[in-house]
Amino acid sequence: MELTTVWFILIAVLWTGYFVLEGFDFGVGILLPFLSRDDTERRAVVRTIGPVWDGNEVWLLVAGGATFAAFPEWYATLFSGFYLPLFLILLALIMRGVALEYRGKSDSTRGWDRAFFWGSLVPALLWGVAFANIVAGVPLDADHEYTGTLFTLLTPYALLGGLATLLLFTQHGAVFLALRTTGELRGRAVRAARLLAPATMLVVTAFLLLARSGALSWAAVGVAFAGMLGALLATVAGRDGWAFTASAVAIVGFAAALFTSLWPNVMPALDPANSLTVTNAASNPYTLTVMTWVAGIFTPVVLGYQAWTYWVFRRRVTGTV
Amino acid sequence: MDVLDLSRWQFGITTVYHFLFVPLTIGLSILVAGLQTAWHRTGKPEYLKLTKFFGKLFLINFAMGVVTGIVQEFQFGMNWSAYSRFVGDVFGAPLAMEGLIAFFLESTFLGLWIFGWDKLSPRLHLATIWLAAIGTNISAYFILAANSWMQHPVGYRINNGRAELTDIWAVLTNSTTLVTFPHVIFGAFLTAAAFVLGISAWFMLRRREEGTFRISARLALVVALVSAVGVSFSGHWQAQIMTEQQPMKMAAAEALWEDERSAGFSLFAIGDVENGRNHVNLQIPYGLSLLSTNTLDGEVEGINDIQERYEALYGPGDYRPVVGLAYWSFRLMIGIGALSALLALAGLWLTRRGRLPAGRWFHRLAIAGIALPFLANSLGWIFTEMGRQPWTVFGLMRTAAAVSPNADVPSVAITLVGFTLVYAVLAIIEVRLLLKYIRIGPQEDRPEAEPAVPLLSY
Ligand code: HDD
Ligand code: HEM
Ligand code: HEM
Repeated sequence: MELTTVWFILIAVLWTGYFVLEGFDFGVGILLPFLSRDDTERRAVVRTIGPVWDGNEVWLLVAGGATFAAFPEWYATLFSGFYLPLFLILLALIMRGVALEYRGKSDSTRGWDRAFFWGSLVPALLWGVAFANIVAGVPLDADHEYTGTLFTLLTPYALLGGLATLLLFTQHGAVFLALRTTGELRGRAVRAARLLAPATMLVVTAFLLLARSGALSWAAVGVAFAGMLGALLATVAGRDGWAFTASAVAIVGFAAALFTSLWPNVMPALDPANSLTVTNAASNPYTLTVMTWVAGIFTPVVLGYQAWTYWVFRRRVTGTV
Repeated sequence: MDVLDLSRWQFGITTVYHFLFVPLTIGLSILVAGLQTAWHRTGKPEYLKLTKFFGKLFLINFAMGVVTGIVQEFQFGMNWSAYSRFVGDVFGAPLAMEGLIAFFLESTFLGLWIFGWDKLSPRLHLATIWLAAIGTNISAYFILAANSWMQHPVGYRINNGRAELTDIWAVLTNSTTLVTFPHVIFGAFLTAAAFVLGISAWFMLRRREEGTFRISARLALVVALVSAVGVSFSGHWQAQIMTEQQPMKMAAAEALWEDERSAGFSLFAIGDVENGRNHVNLQIPYGLSLLSTNTLDGEVEGINDIQERYEALYGPGDYRPVVGLAYWSFRLMIGIGALSALLALAGLWLTRRGRLPAGRWFHRLAIAGIALPFLANSLGWIFTEMGRQPWTVFGLMRTAAAVSPNADVPSVAITLVGFTLVYAVLAIIEVRLLLKYIRIGPQEDRPEAEPAVPLLSY
């Protein structure tokens, strides 16, 4: 396989990992005000992601760094082009990170919980908007510079994409909370997961059908749909572990549908002559070779110790701590 | 202000801000790991108290390092897209390695450390803080390799108007990296030592837990002394390499206008940039030649001469950085290093053989001294980065050519103001939280019993 293909897949994997892992972090933040009734419950909800959220966020940082190394043109065009939305995402991630670390250390948690909520909701929405635009194509000139404005990015279709990720991540968070909590809290999480499921399935499927292109993406859309359906069925059956697995599969399918539709472009332009592709956006073969070795050695190590972390914190969090 | 100026202000503000937290994270992570190791070995409750107390302060600081770091990761693409296109091939590699090798390590194992006190065996739990601490140091190495490449590009060739990587090993073992890394790490240890010392002094001043904090004060004094010596030596090597690689920066740092043999080290100068000379210049004879060439009669190049040579080499232009800024930031950084060493020596003398300093003046000095290394770190970076101007990548790309061509003034102004305001608010919150936890002081170990039920089966 060509190294540029390898790196396209690797970056897709990094984004997928990010969406699967930080997806439920976002969902937990969005659901916090709706599912928890008192301080103890709020603490339990936050506790479910306490040990892991920072490690989950690093998936985004590595996706960014890997894009810089493997496809510098993509990195440059994407982040200078989507300037203000990215700024909003960064502000949200700042507020959210600080809220998660400081809420337990402050006397008053109200402000922090609000920061946690908005800091989760904004990226959950805007990542969908961003990816909808990436897949649909944006105005680029011959130098691969973005020529649109902020409002170019806010099409109805892009907003549908935003709604799709927002619902998908919220649903994923509900399923995660059902798996990680007990008692009434778990009951409410299960109810939320059931309530959200129809809307999520509808919006996500509609968005993916509009976004997809190419034969492979059909399969991915199918996986996403099956995952969402499986999550609903398992939730109804009270099989929390299976529900979470299925929900994760849905997100894998979602990301796969986007990236398979994108290939071989990394950022299509409205005028196809100016599109950024895996070839014209890539680093030279030497850089890709070096980075392939590094990724080949360290990715399994990272996966190993992150999996172990989830094993260490596998017990449910009860409302009494 | 145009887009270039705004972008530079933005990068400077966000990066200097990020680096307020970074050195404390790097140094304190190792000190906390050391304290926990001491507890593990000896079982003395004082060590556990100190581990938990400084561990909490470390975490408050770490959170800020993380959230400000996220901005750094994307800023190159946002405001410096021309730069990113030009160097991504070379510069992106260490950045990606930093994420994959270091950031995953520190964030994952820190999560395990915070929440794992009662879930992991003591040995395993001790290992988690060490792995997180090692992660922060590895992260510093990779990012400094990236930065050093901007100071002194190696292991690349220019092809189709882009820098292409030809030798990753050359980039990772760049002579500039090899001297910058120890300097930054020693600076980080000095920062953490001053922090621990100042806080310990605060408790001793109030006669709270004197026995416990005498231990941390002594530890901090030793670390401070070693680091102060370390920054001086590594700084000296850096100055030598800099004289060779970026003579203009050295000349500006010394306000040395003409090439000179047996040059003196300037202590205080009032310069005249327009006419390229000094009005007043107080010097240590031979000092500069000795510092930068190891000989008394070594030749050091001067600003005016280098400017002429660069015009011949790179074409017309102004190749001088802001001389006054380079001069004073360099001087103050070094002055602070010397002052810290003196303070550490005095402290070790006053606490020798189990004594406690009698008067209160030393405690007060130690508390005020917390600020010193933070200042020196910021000044060091301001000197390094602004002294490189007008280049972003020395000799290859000018800052004016690096900025995003499609960025507009309103957008960059919005983000500049936005980040600055949010960072200002966060600084207030962080300092208040630190003060709160310092006032609370070390706690008796609260058992965090967690009546947990096992995972449901599938
Ligand atoms: C000498 C050390 C050093 C320097 C020059 C920088 N950083 Fe940094 N950075 C660290 C040392 C560090 C660290 C010690 O590893 C931090 C500080 C606190 C922390 O959480 O990790 C960190 C955090 C940190 C994070 C968050 C990591 C996480 O979530 O765990 C990111 C994304 C960056 N940094 C990126 C950057 C970039 C792109 C820089 C270049 C402008 C930069 N840093 C300068
Ligand atoms: C964390 C410590 C650092 C600090 C405090 C710092 C400080 C600064 C400052 C003050 C500027 C503005 C210079 C000016 O406008 O004249 C600047 C510019 C810049 N620095 Fe750094 N820097 C740091 C690390 C880095 C690192 C590690 C890199 C690369 C990995 C880097 C890359 C740049 C770039 C791309 C610019 C913009 C171009 C320019 O204005 O020169 N910096 N930095
Ligand atoms: C005591 C004598 C010191 C000397 C001779 C010295 C020397 C230097 C030199 C020559 C540079 C510029 C390197 C370059 O641009 O290529 C530098 C940078 C720097 N210094 Fe110092 N320094 C001293 C003390 C300190 C202290 C006490 C601190 C902080 C606690 C510190 C922190 C820094 C930092 C953060 C940088 C920027 C990063 C770098 O380029 O290494 N320095 N120093």
